[in-house]
Amino acid sequence: MTDLVLAWLTVFPGYTVPLLLASLGLVISERAGVLNLCTEGLMAVGAMTGALMALAGYDPLLAVACGALAGAALSLVFGVATVVFRADHTLAGLATVALGLGITGVVGRPYVQKPFDGLPRLSDTVWGADLPRLVGQQNILLPLTVLLLLAVWGWLFRTHSGLRLRAVGEDPAAADVVGIDIQLTQLGAVLASGVLAGLAGAYLSVAAAHVWVEGMVAGRGWVAVAIVIFAGWRPWGVLLGAGLFGGAEAAMLRLQTLGLDFPIYLGAMLPYALTLLVFCIACARRRGENAGPAALGKAYLRQDKH
Amino acid sequence: MTQGATRSQTPSGPQKKAGQAPALLLRDIDKAFDGKTALSGASFRLDWGEVHALVGENGAGKSTIMNVATGVYAPDHGEVIVDGRDVPLRSPVDAVAAGIGMVHQHFRLVGRFTVAENVALALGGIGRRIGIGKAAQLVKRKSAELGFALDPEARVERISVAEQQRAEIIKVLLLGAGIMILDEPTAVLTQQEAEALLSMARRLAQAGHAVVLITHKLQEVADHCDRITVMAQGRTVLDAAPMAQTSLAQVTRKAFGEVKEQEPVQPGTLGGELLRLENLRVRHGAVTLDGLNLSLRAGEILGIAGVGGNGQSELVACLNGLLRPLDGKIFLADEDLTAASPAKRRKAGLRVVPADRFDSALVRDMTLSENLALTGLESGRFGPWWGLSRRSMKRNAENSLKEFNVLGGGPETRASVLSGGNAQKVLLARELAAGTRVVVAHSPVRGLDLRSARAVLNLLVASARQGAACLLISEDLDEILRMCGSAAVLNRGRLSPPLSGADLNPARLGELMVGHA
Repeated sequence: MTDLVLAWLTVFPGYTVPLLLASLGLVISERAGVLNLCTEGLMAVGAMTGALMALAGYDPLLAVACGALAGAALSLVFGVATVVFRADHTLAGLATVALGLGITGVVGRPYVQKPFDGLPRLSDTVWGADLPRLVGQQNILLPLTVLLLLAVWGWLFRTHSGLRLRAVGEDPAAADVVGIDIQLTQLGAVLASGVLAGLAGAYLSVAAAHVWVEGMVAGRGWVAVAIVIFAGWRPWGVLLGAGLFGGAEAAMLRLQTLGLDFPIYLGAMLPYALTLLVFCIACARRRGENAGPAALGKAYLRQDKH
Repeated sequence: MTQGATRSQTPSGPQKKAGQAPALLLRDIDKAFDGKTALSGASFRLDWGEVHALVGENGAGKSTIMNVATGVYAPDHGEVIVDGRDVPLRSPVDAVAAGIGMVHQHFRLVGRFTVAENVALALGGIGRRIGIGKAAQLVKRKSAELGFALDPEARVERISVAEQQRAEIIKVLLLGAGIMILDEPTAVLTQQEAEALLSMARRLAQAGHAVVLITHKLQEVADHCDRITVMAQGRTVLDAAPMAQTSLAQVTRKAFGEVKEQEPVQPGTLGGELLRLENLRVRHGAVTLDGLNLSLRAGEILGIAGVGGNGQSELVACLNGLLRPLDGKIFLADEDLTAASPAKRRKAGLRVVPADRFDSALVRDMTLSENLALTGLESGRFGPWWGLSRRSMKRNAENSLKEFNVLGGGPETRASVLSGGNAQKVLLARELAAGTRVVVAHSPVRGLDLRSARAVLNLLVASARQGAACLLISEDLDEILRMCGSAAVLNRGRLSPPLSGADLNPARLGELMVGHA
């Protein structure tokens, strides 16, 4: 039993980190009022770009960074459409997902199922050989993610620019009068969410699987969208939500390795079902409190008479 | 505070010395929106140390000229001179930097933020980055200075409208505004709150600020302002006249043209009982309606006076079927409607005009013909269920708009484009259409100018003359006294017995409104 728990704890961060990164990005974007549904597509592009760079023999960390940049690049398309041209956020988001999945399908096809070295575990690095097993099994992106979580929380709630960003998402008219550039703020927020989604995608391929497979994001982008709602758009709630889903997913895989006689598809479905259940309960208990940013998904026009 | 006392306290001190530049001078301002002229050659002059009234009909250009002064709109032509200097105001931030602050009707506060966060946000906008804690201190100090309490840690959406207004005023003052523009500040306040606000405006003026008061309420102007500017149709028709030498009759004539002084409405002949509430009990949030009894006869206009928030909205929601009473009965001519759906009530002839026209009455983004047809779809007047007759909808709208004298839009105009008065007329046109037996009108003229208000009230009178029963729920005592043969007072969820005849007077109503019975 202890072995099982220990094994679960070892793989737990690997399932949680990508969800956490993607959700954090969404928190930034949605706190600024941009309803962001394109994460699934951004993660796919990030995952594929990271894998391609790793296959081309570049340093894994550089590959991860390129994945993040690729996410940012695609999010810019979404950002320009919604923020500059005031396209409908939901439609633009869905179109961006389709675009991202399409790009990865076409560009990534020749590289499917080709394993590469990827990001090493901490225990495999020169300076990390003596780390305890639980920590040593992780990679450098885990501490980075923890730092990012702290940074995003501190930024949103403890700095002036965070206050301004939240004001844009709550009441763009009020923010505009204060002299905040609404479009620049929202575009910046969308780009930040793109970087984080790309990072999450690159984690899946370069840090976790060490291979690129089409469709490897497997709905995690959508789960991230749900996590943000569950979390009430708060970074610490995101940690809880991502941990819950990631933990359930990790547990299912561990249980399968025990050789229990259990339908595999049912097992794979369980984390999603569990998340749905917990979210329903959480939302029912909250009853409208902590609902999303007031101006989420609404285009803002200044000299609007009436 | 009496009129005389207010005047004598006005400092004629250093700010009004001869030769000193006016606080704000707008000259020859033109502004058009999409080719429609909003201002043409308008001017405005404001001095330091005064409370200056700005009066005019809806759409006369008051808000537009103040929006020019605060950098929201760039004028097409004309100059803006602040304290003797020609300052280009390209954005609201420029105006703030020039020391001009405006408290809009819709506060520019972020509802989800605390008061202190809002202040920190605003100060950050002019480059003064302070922490939330420091902002809270500033709010505390400023509110003590102005003589009221305000919790800096309170979330704006959780505090009352009067407190939100104070938060907004404090924010504007902390931004360094020497010139303070208040856009219809008392429209959302109770009488006591309004008094407190107006005396605060006076104190600010005494401290050397220049205060502009945009308002429809002429009594406020007479009691609290030093000078007055009247606008009509985008022009300044009375330019900074001293209040002491100006009569309200003169102001009325300038602002609204010749309007006859309105006589109290003569009660028509009353018919049988149409609406009866029996021991109605409702609980909704913090508000409880406790055992309401009421009887309303055909042809009667019964007033329900009272300070807002004492159960008015709950009573309205209960009558139109959005809120279910805990106990008690609602009868319309002996038909029990207590548990009836809104549709069934409508069919029975119960029509409700809610306080917010666009909240649960008109659909902002639909055309007038659609809005007017919305409630008649079931009757089949606009075609069978499988097909809508645009033509009969349009004809219906044309007739209604003509009959109710709706200006500024045709059948294909979106409802959101209309001014408040015209939108209200559209709503009344729909609700007073054939089949109306009981009309419940909640603050039907709030925010409307004199002329529109009269037109709307006359529509209610006409409908009562035709035999409808009308329940007029209002905070405005003058309106109640003029319109109603009898009136009751709603206070803390309890309804007083109706007053009529000699008992129906302001003193008695006021007693019941603030009493703790």
